[in-house]
Amino acid sequence: MLAYAIRRLGLSLLILIVVMTSMYAMVFVVPGDPASLALGPRATPELKAELRERMGLDQPVLTQVLYFFGNLLRGDLGTDVWSKRPVLDQILAVFPNTLILGVTALGWALMTGTLLGCAAVVWRDTLVDRLLGVLSVSVIAVPSFVVAIYALIVFAVWLKWLPAIGAGEAGDLGSQIRALILPAFAVGIGWVGYLARLIRASMLEVMDAPHIRTARAFGMTERDIVFRHALRVAIVPTISVLAVGFGSILSSAVFVESVFSRPGIGTLVTGAVEKRNYPVVMGTVLFMTAFYLSVVTAADLLIARLDPRVRDVLRG
Amino acid sequence: MSSAADAGRPVRRGIGLALLRDPMGLAGLVLVTAFLGMALLAPWIAPYDPVALDVKAKFQPPSAHHWAGTDHLGRDLLSRIIWGARLALGIALTSVGIAGALGLILGLVAGYGPRWLDSLLVLLFDSMSSLPMIFFALAVITVLGPGTATLILVIVLVSVPAYARLIRTQTLALSGADYILAERAMGAGAPRILFRHLLPNVVGPLVILLCMDIPVVIMLEAGLSYLNLGVKPPSPSWGNILSEGYTSLRQAPHVVIVAGIPLVLATLGFTFLGEGLRDVLDPRGAGRRWA
Repeated sequence: MLAYAIRRLGLSLLILIVVMTSMYAMVFVVPGDPASLALGPRATPELKAELRERMGLDQPVLTQVLYFFGNLLRGDLGTDVWSKRPVLDQILAVFPNTLILGVTALGWALMTGTLLGCAAVVWRDTLVDRLLGVLSVSVIAVPSFVVAIYALIVFAVWLKWLPAIGAGEAGDLGSQIRALILPAFAVGIGWVGYLARLIRASMLEVMDAPHIRTARAFGMTERDIVFRHALRVAIVPTISVLAVGFGSILSSAVFVESVFSRPGIGTLVTGAVEKRNYPVVMGTVLFMTAFYLSVVTAADLLIARLDPRVRDVLRG
Repeated sequence: MSSAADAGRPVRRGIGLALLRDPMGLAGLVLVTAFLGMALLAPWIAPYDPVALDVKAKFQPPSAHHWAGTDHLGRDLLSRIIWGARLALGIALTSVGIAGALGLILGLVAGYGPRWLDSLLVLLFDSMSSLPMIFFALAVITVLGPGTATLILVIVLVSVPAYARLIRTQTLALSGADYILAERAMGAGAPRILFRHLLPNVVGPLVILLCMDIPVVIMLEAGLSYLNLGVKPPSPSWGNILSEGYTSLRQAPHVVIVAGIPLVLATLGFTFLGEGLRDVLDPRGAGRRWA
């Protein structure tokens, strides 16, 4: 197990280094000077020179790369070109908001999706199953930010039940929860359908297993078989899907945060892209990639722990 | 018998018929045909010029003159949506087409080429797909600046790894097959084996994956345009219409409501068609890319 864990972590680290080097290389391969692009056509040469110096662009490329990785090791992601605040501070200030949104969305999607998936198995090959199938595909297909906009119109503008923008008042848990409902609904809805399908499919595979046949032979009701015995086995594959899916949850969160003007990683990074604020964009991309890789790696290790077969295969 | 070997030989007879018999596939086919028609015929069926301003007629709700109403500059929304279909499908088909071709070539090379090249390419694919897609896209946009060309490049870059990996797996599974070994024993070179024998047999599952990715791409284009990081205004991208409508949400909610509809219907249509095609062509079920 330890050897497997070390190999898995080493691979993630290697991927992270490859990713960062290619990101950094990209800035230099592309024609055009980042400083002039950031300042626009009316910038004076002095202004450009000053910004270039501030961004470290006046140094030789190799020095820049070494500096960048050196600072990285000390936990320094650089400084915002405009506000001059450290990038890491800005990220850490809004990251909890995005994390809460993602986890809440995944949480409600997992509960609802599991329930619908089980329902589809209990009533398999009936109209209910068929309708749930179409419903699942439909909610997977519809873009989350369109759901967000429609939800905002109906529940915030017309019915005025929930706030339209922001993440709630600091210290006021009630307002924070109210501000979380619509974004979490929009981010999670696609996953309800996806998880329902996944649970249904992996459960149908389990339903042929000997222990289920035995349970049935003992005269257990179909509902008890599904919820007590099949679900326990069928839920394991969802762990890795959930971890990998966290990437797409983050994607939806970027768009949905923007719709609700909710402070978070998404609003931070899209604002920075518009202003060509390189340090903030690169820092956020690095931070989120590292975060995402840790989630996926942790899930892999968890699965290896739960399912020795995976461990043995990967040990080679 | 390897399972990958069957995937390339779907039952071609009666695909259309089987698709028509499946209500979801049929709905998808109808929607996709409608949007393709809109995209192709945009100059003839759009009632107004999509970028013509008529400020006196701004924020008109739907009426007999303007079936979908007008936006904050008095532009006819129906015309903008119809031209938006041309933009959305144009970008989606172009980028998915390029990505599919690149993925096919890279996957064949990785699967049939030398070991070291395979390891290198796989590390590259893994690195690419272990990035959260949206952050990678935003980084590329920061470097290159927003615009249609950047958008297509971003979509190609984020899609290629999944396609290449699918093709690589198929190629690996097939390259040990008897008929390939026989061909090699008869002295056939790598290009002949790759393009005459492997390519036709690995391309089937890729087509299904490409079709299922079109709605994802349409969504990405609209989403980035919504954030003002995609197609530049005044081009009538559905995302641009949404983002312009959003600023006048309280004053004229019809703009946003109307602009969301084609996006919902187009993504639903392509997804239904993709699902239908998969059920017909590949009953075992292909994987779906999600991150």
